[in-house]
Amino acid sequence: MSNNSKIDLDTLKKLGKLSRIPIDKAGSNKLMEDLNKIIDFIEQLNEVNTDNVSPLSSVTGHNLPIREDVVDDGNKNNDVLENAPEKNSGYFVVPKVIE
Amino acid sequence: MTNANKNSNYISGKTGDWEIIIGLEIHAQVLSSSKLFSGASTEFGKDPNHNVSLVDAAMPGMLPVINQTCIKQAIKSGIALNAEINKYSVFDRKNYFYADLPQGYQISQYKYPIVGEGSLKITDANGEDKVIGIERIHLEQDAGKSLHDQHPSKSFIDLNRTGVALMEIVSKPDLRSPEEAASYVKKIRTVLRYIETCDGNMEQGSLRADCNVSVRKPNGDLGTRCEIKNLNSIKFISQAIQYEAERQVEILENGGVIDQETRLFDTSTGETRSMRSKEDAHDYRYFPDPDLLPLELTDSQISEIRSDMPELPDQLVERLISEYGITKYDANVIAEEKEYVHFYENSAKNRDGKLVVNWMTSELFGLLKKNNIQFNQNPISPNYLNELVELIENKTISGKIAKDVFEIMFATSKSPKMIVKEKGLEQVTDDSAIEDFVDQVINENKDKVIEYLSGKDKLFGFFIGQVMKVSQGKANPGLVNKILKSKLK
Amino acid sequence: MSNLLQFSISEVLSLLEKKEFSTKELVETYINAIEKTKDLNMYLTTCFDQALEQAKISDQNYLNGNQRFLEGIPLGVKDMFCTKGIETTASSKILKKFIPTYESTVTQNLLKEGAINLGKLSCDEFAMGSSNETAAKGEVINPWNFEEKRTPGGSSGGSAAAVAAKAALAATGTDTGGSIRQPAAFCGVVGLKPTYGRCSRWGIVAFASSLDQAGPITRNVSDAALMLQVMSGYDPKDSTSSNINVPNFYNDLGKSIKGIKIGIPEEYNSNGISSDILEAKDITINFLKENGAEIIPVKLPLTKYSLPVYYIVAPAEASSNLARYDGVRYGHRINGNSLDEMYENTRNLGFGDEVKRRIMIGTYVLSSGYYDAYYLKAQKVRRLIKNEFNEIFKQVDYLVTPTTPTTAFKLGSTQDLLTMYLNDVFTVPASLAGIPGISIPIKLDNNKLPVGIQILGKDFDEQGLLNVANVIESCASFKDTPNGAAS
Repeated sequence: MSNNSKIDLDTLKKLGKLSRIPIDKAGSNKLMEDLNKIIDFIEQLNEVNTDNVSPLSSVTGHNLPIREDVVDDGNKNNDVLENAPEKNSGYFVVPKVIE
Repeated sequence: MTNANKNSNYISGKTGDWEIIIGLEIHAQVLSSSKLFSGASTEFGKDPNHNVSLVDAAMPGMLPVINQTCIKQAIKSGIALNAEINKYSVFDRKNYFYADLPQGYQISQYKYPIVGEGSLKITDANGEDKVIGIERIHLEQDAGKSLHDQHPSKSFIDLNRTGVALMEIVSKPDLRSPEEAASYVKKIRTVLRYIETCDGNMEQGSLRADCNVSVRKPNGDLGTRCEIKNLNSIKFISQAIQYEAERQVEILENGGVIDQETRLFDTSTGETRSMRSKEDAHDYRYFPDPDLLPLELTDSQISEIRSDMPELPDQLVERLISEYGITKYDANVIAEEKEYVHFYENSAKNRDGKLVVNWMTSELFGLLKKNNIQFNQNPISPNYLNELVELIENKTISGKIAKDVFEIMFATSKSPKMIVKEKGLEQVTDDSAIEDFVDQVINENKDKVIEYLSGKDKLFGFFIGQVMKVSQGKANPGLVNKILKSKLK
Repeated sequence: MSNLLQFSISEVLSLLEKKEFSTKELVETYINAIEKTKDLNMYLTTCFDQALEQAKISDQNYLNGNQRFLEGIPLGVKDMFCTKGIETTASSKILKKFIPTYESTVTQNLLKEGAINLGKLSCDEFAMGSSNETAAKGEVINPWNFEEKRTPGGSSGGSAAAVAAKAALAATGTDTGGSIRQPAAFCGVVGLKPTYGRCSRWGIVAFASSLDQAGPITRNVSDAALMLQVMSGYDPKDSTSSNINVPNFYNDLGKSIKGIKIGIPEEYNSNGISSDILEAKDITINFLKENGAEIIPVKLPLTKYSLPVYYIVAPAEASSNLARYDGVRYGHRINGNSLDEMYENTRNLGFGDEVKRRIMIGTYVLSSGYYDAYYLKAQKVRRLIKNEFNEIFKQVDYLVTPTTPTTAFKLGSTQDLLTMYLNDVFTVPASLAGIPGISIPIKLDNNKLPVGIQILGKDFDEQGLLNVANVIESCASFKDTPNGAAS
């Protein structure tokens, strides 16, 4: 299997940024090694010929079920806010967002 | 069309003319009672986090189920924009983090939108028809709202809008001026309001646009574009495009390059500025939402909606022109809003359509504007305008008196017949009565009569005016004319 | 009355009806058993007060003769199921103190039929794992040879261990790539993963939406039938739930398997498979033959690609499903000076290493430039795997395979990631195809650890699966009890 690593430190940092999981220096080498091991493993799929095969994203056999347009939910702000780590005047509260 | 006309869209810079290339992404909130994937209400203006289901708040284990009406509304909109309806479409997840995006992804349509290519006819700056291409329409969830001004170091999050259905209507880069862009947005808004798939309420954010703007030398290669996000008024759209195009021209003429970026329009300064938070290129990692299945439509579902379509603005304009004999310009003004059409057609029943359209677009719209009244608060009913025009047509009152009557109608909502009767404003068509008025005027203006008879023809108008004055405007102008002429010989 | 813990669901139901003992006594006995087996670390949360309250209602119902289908049956619930008013964490720090205001459809179905929730059972964090070692509150210890500290398997390790240790009469599990069947095999109990769409996913913490499926873990096959019957059913709140008739699984048990065709796939025979397991397979084949089934060797050449497909599809979906754990609306928040810092602190300390790895892999395979090479490719191979099963089920009615390549290993003994992932090599293919599978215990190996055999069937043929399992079960007559079980 290939020795050239697919996931280098830059890629790892990008993945960390996209998934909001910071990469700490101490663990980054081990993490990179693990991820590359998995990548090498999943690349076995290159052996399979998938020409003209359509992708399968759901094994479900039925059509998309459709809901009537009726208001039968909502108005449960207490439930919605019940577990909020920080709330104020009916709002969720987060550190200030600067655009 | 002459070249001079054509160039009026161009920006003239130091190095010559520049052409503006504009494409719009309009986000139109779908008219539906409940949200795209949950049963919470879409009602505007509720207390924070009231119109929120556990699905909207992305509680663990919550799942989306699609709303039938939203699908239908998207199809209707597609049909109205002469677009292809795709029988197979897919809902994808667009992944990114934001405080008002509870799931950490927006359910949208990426590769397979529900509506494909279409077109929309607009009127360009020269009053000519221009066809703008529609790239696609897809359905997606709206995000919530972040309030940044409630606390010095915190933002407050309200999820009431989260999950409300939006149609994203993507135009081709066919627009060439801020005016065309404005005209396009207006027309989209009119069409959607007609078919009742979006209320078009821009102040409430039911219709907003992202504008992609680039400039190039006429017929040159396309330039790098910038996207101006989230404009919620037609005025801002024009302003932002104009500013952005000029900014780009200035950079290019000074030897600079345009960075492809997302920009915000500052409504207080009229300028666009770069969005800091977009420094890192996004990677949305779209993939089909495994909680949903592809949406498959049948021909009969689509044709059922097609056969049920209301009259569209373009069809209506044609009909107004042929049925009421009004100009295309006037027909377009009336067709702008469904409520105008309703009012007009009721007022114009059995009346002279041209006369009615004039009364409506100049007098009525004028008074509404002057008094800052919305059309739906208009104090005059179509029946009464009809009645007023009837009084003019059958010569009960003159056009001039009619204006006074109209003002009283506007102030009191009374019927014109009643006003005319109460105030005794019926036109005097009795020859002898008019002869009396004429005699009075001749007697009171002997010197002017001499001047007139000695050749100062212009004074005839003065006599007409005086007769109308003494008759308090009620004398039939035709008769006054005739009698004056015979007496002043 | 002798030890109440020995009875199966069907036995308990008939004894309760005969008033041989009360639901209260039964629940108290189980509460006691939970206390006694505390060292196995199976329950994350218990709700004994509510359970005893429910027991009163059940006793009243028996008294009035209007008992429901599972009246008074004390269950353990995997912590992936949201339970109203009861902390639900998916064994993750990030959901610490999360108390749902709603009940998952599957647990609601059980409660509605009179079942009683004793508490929430540990699992691998967000069901990502095969050994229960990724659970935030520490690993569960397999009640078999408990002093050796072996894994109960995962991710439904707490569920399988609790049923084996008699700390629950039955339990709910979820299976994404083998999370019901593998721990059931390791703990010597029955684990059934129904067809995808048979049980609603509403209210179950999502791991990989296109694969997740709830199912029962029970002492025997007829209990699995009883549980499945109640857990199943169309749910309009889950768009992937199938609107299909739910048979009376329990009543229809016991049909002869004479003449049915059983395929034995030759690929389910990977390196490192223990001889005890191969022996269990041969024993099973003999049972089937004795009962008149036709044994047909078959080939499923794409089997080896199932794990690579799984390790693309499941992490991809998980990376998106777990984006909602951001510290804004629920769960554990670690503050920061900016929104992004808060996100990062929360997720960094809230997620364990395995979850982070899978989120990273999932993010990678979906990212621009790699989507086609990994995610799309995996979906195409998944199609081929599904097709391969469709074809094979034209030739045979069921497939019989080992459930796992090994029996329960010692906790902490598997350091290598890929070795750990290989635990699921026999269970993942059915998950990708969406077909039902059941694991039942056959025998003990040399180390006195249970060996499980897996039966796979066609979409929605759980009934047939249960019938075959029922026949094998009565032949195998597996009656051993782990030394760590309550008594």
